[in-house]
Amino acid sequence: MKKFDIIEHTADIGIVAYGTELKEAFANAAYAMFTLIADLEDVKEVVCRQIEVEAGDRESLVVSWLNELLYLFDVEGVIFKRFKVMELSETSLKAEGYGELIDKARHSLKAGVKAATYYMLRVEKDNGYSVRVIFDV
Amino acid sequence: MARWEGPLKKIDDYRWEIPQSYKSGMRVPGLIYASEEMLKSIREEQSLEQVANVAFLPGIVGYSLAMPDIHWGYGFPIGGVAATRVDDGVISPGGVGYDINCGVRLLRTNLRESEVRARIEQLLSELFVNVPSGVGSKGKIRAGKKEIDEIISKGARWAVERGFGTKEDLEVTEEGGCLKGADPDKVSFKAKERGSPQSGTLGSGNHFLEVEVVEEIYEPGIAKIMGIEEVGQVLLLIHTGSRGLGHQVCDDYVRTLREVVQRYDINLPDRELACAPVKSKEGQNYLAAMACAANYAWANRQCITHWARECFVKVFGKSLRQIGLEMVYDVAHNIAKMESYQVEGKRLDLCVHRKGATRAFPAGHPDIPSRYKEIGQPVLIPGDMGRCSYVAVGTERAMKESFGSVCHGAGRVKSRHAARRLQRDADVARELASRGISVRAASKGGLAEEASEAYKDVTEVVEVCHQAGLCRKVVKARPMGVVKG
Repeated sequence: MKKFDIIEHTADIGIVAYGTELKEAFANAAYAMFTLIADLEDVKEVVCRQIEVEAGDRESLVVSWLNELLYLFDVEGVIFKRFKVMELSETSLKAEGYGELIDKARHSLKAGVKAATYYMLRVEKDNGYSVRVIFDV
Repeated sequence: MARWEGPLKKIDDYRWEIPQSYKSGMRVPGLIYASEEMLKSIREEQSLEQVANVAFLPGIVGYSLAMPDIHWGYGFPIGGVAATRVDDGVISPGGVGYDINCGVRLLRTNLRESEVRARIEQLLSELFVNVPSGVGSKGKIRAGKKEIDEIISKGARWAVERGFGTKEDLEVTEEGGCLKGADPDKVSFKAKERGSPQSGTLGSGNHFLEVEVVEEIYEPGIAKIMGIEEVGQVLLLIHTGSRGLGHQVCDDYVRTLREVVQRYDINLPDRELACAPVKSKEGQNYLAAMACAANYAWANRQCITHWARECFVKVFGKSLRQIGLEMVYDVAHNIAKMESYQVEGKRLDLCVHRKGATRAFPAGHPDIPSRYKEIGQPVLIPGDMGRCSYVAVGTERAMKESFGSVCHGAGRVKSRHAARRLQRDADVARELASRGISVRAASKGGLAEEASEAYKDVTEVVEVCHQAGLCRKVVKARPMGVVKG
């Protein structure tokens, strides 16, 4: 099963992430976002961060989750490449993110992602789950 | 993305209306400034639907406006302008965007093309090293907690007090480089944490430093007052914003205001349009935080200006005075401002949202620097890195029609991914080099994404604004060296 697709958007960029379970779709959405930021094959799994977020509903939780990761990227310089969503409800999420601190000598950085937005935001259950997000880049 | 099939009524060659009847809930019609030719590509995406959605905002007056560089955004279209009544209207953080006070600053020099061309590679290398750029870059200023509060309270003034620039710089910066009403207590700790290491950084994406040469002067008298005297003269253009601090402020307040929308029972077709009454506590808190982010951006452009000046001095071995690297103007193009307009015979206090649009005040307006009182406020309109940029001035017509606003750039036509599929970085660099434009880029894929083909032709965009009377073209400049973030 593929992890995600890119949505073409003129100024910005979007993703649809998939998962047999919702937890997996959330994890894949985060993975997709970091593929926009850096070439993840060069990134090692040497640091781990615990992430806990809350939001008013399931869709907003996607935005809160992704923006929390962008905050950690900005402040601590962590490029995440793998995610384990441990607990997930309609309004809260607990997860672990694994990755490495930015090393400009080894890492190939691509576009900056400013934020995950609420525009066209959707969480759907079909054959498995999908999460759609548009980013401001 | 589907083509937009909604109704457009032609008003004249440059004005098109989306009738209020298009969608139930629209409080005003939409008005798009574009040529018939440009509309073909505009219709290929959903930006016009976004113009209609913005018309839902409570208290919106006149029209939901779109400039000819309109393209598909999130919530608001990019190139969108909406004015809401301060008394009973709303403020929408989405109408400002995540990059609060993203803007442009133009400097002029006494240098001529031949002199700069001989050292362009050295100049770009210096700029590339001295102005931190790219994803994840850290600035040279490591602002502590107290200093961040100073930056966001004082804006460019903070930078000038630190020795980064002069008082004259502040005089020719919109709002003097410091938007009133900034309250650091309304900015989250997280936003300050994000802002702390990034102060004095260019960022990535479409942010840039561009060394340009004057190609054409349409209004020599006006250009002279701006310090632009002749064809061949070299200019410097800086494009960046409020970095992670602004992004976090927007995210924080869109989240808060989404709850407010439910409480006030405001009917919105898109969650990203989350808003609050301008006079509500939540609305006022956002405006105080937005002012902080705007100030951060002005401080950012001021610090970058200082380092750019150092680079010019080093590379050309002349004093700053001899080089004459002086500011023409600095404008915000993602911002909400409290301004007063005559609407249907009445003076109204309005909250003007400019999301990818530039303020364009005419000659004589009290809010423009004394130096420009006779000519009007300079409007800076960068194009893509392969074509050209324009300097224009605001007009009375813009005051009457578009809440003193005009376009802000070229506007994208191709997605970043489509642009990347078309060409690689190296191809873009080679092609630009063959036309005398040198480049440095911090991000992989950055050049391909920003290639000329991904943008509308800024000349067409500016022509529409000029013909529609929203601004007057003054100067056209073409790039000779670009540092991309």
